[in-house]
Amino acid sequence: MSARLAAVVADVGARVVSAVWRIGFASRFFWLMLRHSGTALRRFPLTVREIYFAGVLSLIIIVVSGLFVGMVLGLQGYDTLARYGSAEALGVLVALSLVRELGPVVAALLFASRAGSAITAEIGLMKATEQLDAMEIMAVDPIARVVAPRFWGGVISMPLLAALFSATGIFGGYLVGVVLIGVDAGSFWSQMQAAVDFREDVWNGVIKSIVFGVVVTWIAVFEGYDAPPTAEGVSGATTRTVVTSSLAVLGFDFILTALMFRGV
Amino acid sequence: MMKRSTLDLWVGAFVMMGLGALLFLSLKVANLSSFNGGDTYPVYASFDNIGGLKVRAAVKSAGVVVGRVTAIEFDNQTFEARVRMDLESRYVFPKDTAAKILTSGLLGDQYIGLSAGGDIANLKPGDTLKITQSAVVLENLIGQFLYSKAAEGTEKKP
Repeated sequence: MSARLAAVVADVGARVVSAVWRIGFASRFFWLMLRHSGTALRRFPLTVREIYFAGVLSLIIIVVSGLFVGMVLGLQGYDTLARYGSAEALGVLVALSLVRELGPVVAALLFASRAGSAITAEIGLMKATEQLDAMEIMAVDPIARVVAPRFWGGVISMPLLAALFSATGIFGGYLVGVVLIGVDAGSFWSQMQAAVDFREDVWNGVIKSIVFGVVVTWIAVFEGYDAPPTAEGVSGATTRTVVTSSLAVLGFDFILTALMFRGV
Repeated sequence: MMKRSTLDLWVGAFVMMGLGALLFLSLKVANLSSFNGGDTYPVYASFDNIGGLKVRAAVKSAGVVVGRVTAIEFDNQTFEARVRMDLESRYVFPKDTAAKILTSGLLGDQYIGLSAGGDIANLKPGDTLKITQSAVVLENLIGQFLYSKAAEGTEKKP
């Protein structure tokens, strides 16, 4: 009995220790990545290529989801606002919810599953097929050559994708609210412009999306770099990337929202 | 290098689209262009009670936005709220302009309404408005109403 209890305690302890070990390794990895970013920025074509894979190829899913999220917001918002006789505030509702929350968060979740998983799988497979080791033998630092460009590609893409998401979402809300339902176009835009502030709303949304970009791509490249070099290990790492970065995005979103919008 | 040119084109188009979306958000949605254009000058006003007035609330005259509230603080000498508002320089007001705290709609945001007086001299930067009217606080209003009702009741009895 006591032996089994000891085994359970040892198991829990080992898990905690390995979690702490991974966090520490991830932090050291982050620092290493920043130190080796010089190459990624000096040889900019490397980063451009990653912006293509992380950003351009995520464009369609971001634009289509943004459009639909905006249209649903238009329908649902109209339904609720019409009850209080303030359907003209539809523009405010659509714009504020997209710019402050849904734009950065949903774009980051989509980005994590579309681009983050691809980054993890790519780096993990490079590790499994010993390409990273081969680079090191040729005196090419894999962190500078492989990891840092992917990191910066993701960090640059993310705010642009979030802005596109918000913009197409507002357009979707406009389509449903003004074109389909018939809310007055003038009050839709003017109330929106009166209520949305650049620094308070738009800029805070941009800051959020930059933070999410850093977090998601960091997790993605780390999971890939740390993946066990087997087929199973790579698939596990890919799953972990999506799960961990989605949870991290939601957690950071709460912290950032609590810091930014205290309703002064 | 030649091989990469189509990829560069895509990335360039993507970055342009992203920046275009940001521009759209800041100009069309947040309407950045309309406020930051002109210079402003500060004017102060003291109120007994500002109700729910917030920093960045609009300052309107005749319904037109002429400035913004930029600071609200409590004056510990007079025990009043001291409100700083920045008015756009292209609008000038007489020295005896009155400031009222008003509410847009029944439950809307509170803003400061300026009604121009008849003085020949104009407000200078840093001046303090003399005539002010506080925000209407619902509890006080109900209290007054009950009080006057009660007073009516006692008058009729004898």
